[in-house]
Amino acid sequence: MTRDRIVKLAVIATAAGAFSGLFGVGGGTVVVPLLIAWMHYGEREATGTSLVAILLIALFAAGAHSLYGNVDPAKAALVGGPAMAGVVAGAALQQRLPERLISGLFALLMVAIAVELIV
Amino acid sequence: MEAADVAAVVALGIAGGVAGGVLGVGGGILFVPALAIFAGQTQLEAESTSLLAIVGVAALGSWRQHGYGNVRVADGIVIGALSFLGVGAGVILANTVTQRALELGFASLLLLIAVQLGLRALRPGDG
Repeated sequence: MTRDRIVKLAVIATAAGAFSGLFGVGGGTVVVPLLIAWMHYGEREATGTSLVAILLIALFAAGAHSLYGNVDPAKAALVGGPAMAGVVAGAALQQRLPERLISGLFALLMVAIAVELIV
Repeated sequence: MEAADVAAVVALGIAGGVAGGVLGVGGGILFVPALAIFAGQTQLEAESTSLLAIVGVAALGSWRQHGYGNVRVADGIVIGALSFLGVGAGVILANTVTQRALELGFASLLLLIAVQLGLRALRPGDG
């Protein structure tokens, strides 16, 4: 791996890590577009590769937050268990529904949640 | 937690997983509000707990994506391994700012991602 490549990966890593620690998300929002725009990844490769990064990032961030006593493992299982079923279903669904329809539905769901959080 | 709240958390968990599987926009963005709104957690607790939930989902997702040949393992590991400085900064900041600031920051992130997804939905061409 060249030095230039490692520097780029380190910048992506730091940005994604900060995002993850601050907002409790995996950092894919940061990793995927940067891999595509900056390192010439295709969309699928960027998504797949970001999941490996997210696994480690979330592990570090969950560990760090647990030092503050903020993590509830039972509630993590309550939301994470169904989500694991969702990932498998999502991969199957991807073959049957247009991506644009799914994107639009999730966009609406997120706007509704944002409104709920703000008010 | 009442049964309806548990059902809401489970439903948003599934939706988060589906979003991760289909869009690569991960579960965390839905896990956090599920935990904050329906599981009685503060914004900070919800964010922290969400991260633990993400670990399982990302492990399963990585494995499946690797099977499809979509993972550049070395790059993924380098990004993950080098994330610790950013993670430390983010975690310290999250534990320093007020809950309200964290909520508003998170809501902004949601809207940003909603716009990204909306543009994807409106983009002409494939699917």
